[in-house]
Amino acid sequence: MSRLMMCLIAVLFALVTASFLIGPAALGVGESVAALVNGGDTPAAMVMREIRLPRVLLALMIGASLGLAGAAMQGYLRNPLADPGLIGVSGSAALGAVLSIQIGIAGSVAFALPAFALGGALIGVFAVLLLAGPRGSSLTLILAGIAISALAGALTSLVLNLSPNPFAANEIVFWMMGSLADRSMVHVAIALPLIAVGAVMLLSLKRGLDALTLGEDAAAAMGINLHRLRLTLIFGTAAVVGASTAVAGAIGFVGLVVPHILRPFVGARPGALLWASALGGAIMLLAADIAVRMILPERDLKLGVLTAIVGAPLFLHLIYRTRREGL
Amino acid sequence: MSSLVFVRTFKSLKRVIAGAFLASAIAAPCFAQMPARVVSMNLCTDQLAIMLAAEGQLVSVSRIALDPHVSAMATEAAAYPINAGRAEEVHVLRPDVVLAGKYSSRETVALLRRLGIEVVQFDIVKSLDDVAATMMQMGVALGREARAAEMAAAFEADLAALRADLAGQTVEDMPRAALYYANGYTSGDSSLAGEILAAAGLRNAPAEAGYAWGKLPLEMLAMIAPDVMITARRYPGGSRAEAIMDHPVIGSLRGASTAAALTDHDWVCGTPFVLRAIGDMIEARSAAEGDG
Repeated sequence: MSRLMMCLIAVLFALVTASFLIGPAALGVGESVAALVNGGDTPAAMVMREIRLPRVLLALMIGASLGLAGAAMQGYLRNPLADPGLIGVSGSAALGAVLSIQIGIAGSVAFALPAFALGGALIGVFAVLLLAGPRGSSLTLILAGIAISALAGALTSLVLNLSPNPFAANEIVFWMMGSLADRSMVHVAIALPLIAVGAVMLLSLKRGLDALTLGEDAAAAMGINLHRLRLTLIFGTAAVVGASTAVAGAIGFVGLVVPHILRPFVGARPGALLWASALGGAIMLLAADIAVRMILPERDLKLGVLTAIVGAPLFLHLIYRTRREGL
Repeated sequence: MSSLVFVRTFKSLKRVIAGAFLASAIAAPCFAQMPARVVSMNLCTDQLAIMLAAEGQLVSVSRIALDPHVSAMATEAAAYPINAGRAEEVHVLRPDVVLAGKYSSRETVALLRRLGIEVVQFDIVKSLDDVAATMMQMGVALGREARAAEMAAAFEADLAALRADLAGQTVEDMPRAALYYANGYTSGDSSLAGEILAAAGLRNAPAEAGYAWGKLPLEMLAMIAPDVMITARRYPGGSRAEAIMDHPVIGSLRGASTAAALTDHDWVCGTPFVLRAIGDMIEARSAAEGDG
């Protein structure tokens, strides 16, 4: 376990370094580090501190959020197919974010953007859990998720199409696929508080999720308040996914892939998987963000495209296995 | 001296437009080759046609002509019936000639031609040298060659005067400007916007750094650190494409730049209004030089 942790942190450190050094401005390693540490008014300092630093921070925060939310949902639902993107939470959060931008409140009140995204995410989680039931089968969960995703996506498109801004309609792809291009420290400041609160809530589920593997009755007998656990999960997930989507759009499959890969390494304990998935999610998103900058640097390739290319085959594999096991 | 040029440019521009209207009002002769009913379905042909058509000759302009963000003649266009460029509504207007852009919907243009309507397509003006030719093309399409020749001659004269003012200046002395539009796009030298900069005596810094067209990464804009930041006027409603203008890097570049300027409807089409855009850029250059 601690060896896994050290491995993940080492990989993360390497990716953070790479992310700081990759970009069109072709700064040398020494120059980059100096500009990052010393700051100042030079163009290099502006590139390092105002453009690359927020990009690294957002990839870490949002990747960790998505991995953590995926691990928590899978642990709670005891269902490996749960992912905030797949079950429509990201889509609903995007709808909330788009609404706040188009009615103009996001421009005047900085915190309105994540607040609206949080509201959208909450509605999405509640709707899915209500439709799928507390111990929803894989089938009802995925069906409810598809319905919520489709509705949220259609409404997002509608809002953007009705916008007086001619650029808005082209941004449907950003809200559905996600990107970290040209974000600033302002976005870090907007997203950080909600992500921190949500992450603390989700990490507090450690003991409850471990107990839940023995079944709900056993967990209740061990003194776990299941009602509180459920509410904490809902609000924690909505907070981290809402804040992430508000600044980077909906990025799918991170919460599906990362817990799946790391589960064997933590002895399938959902509590231990929380920390590991947060680190793993950050690794996956940083890697994806480095990849979009290296593959097609001038095209702003969307992050969700890469995570889907990795995640969708795994999702299909999981569905196939679920069917074979007759669940 | 630059501001003198600007005033002169502006005056002659007003003269051209006023003359166009006056000529339309008193002339309106019915030459055999002059089409009686003309419909325009492209922003740029809308504006040239409004300036050059005889009274009553132009029966409809496109919806975009009403948008003040891209149309320099939004007020004038409001006096005309509006079309959205659909074949059916254009056909109902019974036009003798339809004015369209080279990239207007191919299906619409083909359908109108099948219905027996003459469609004249205009190429996008990518150079100041093409403006006069486009005016002449419009003159032919409308059967108003004499008016068009007058307007083209006035435009060429004003442009030549602006260029003469720049003679003898070396590129190294000119302020470095950067065009930065929504989504982080820029324009190179071989575009109308690039030529407007050049005519105003500004260097196109991103083009010199190898970004001739398309996306200019924000990082590169920060490294280029232009003397004059030229951004686009924003639309109502929010978009991520324009939110890039709120990025702290843009803020500090604007603050550090000795001048900031806006592109607007004058930059979009090859009409006499590009002279006004050049005038605006000459002012921005003067501000940059005065500060620097």
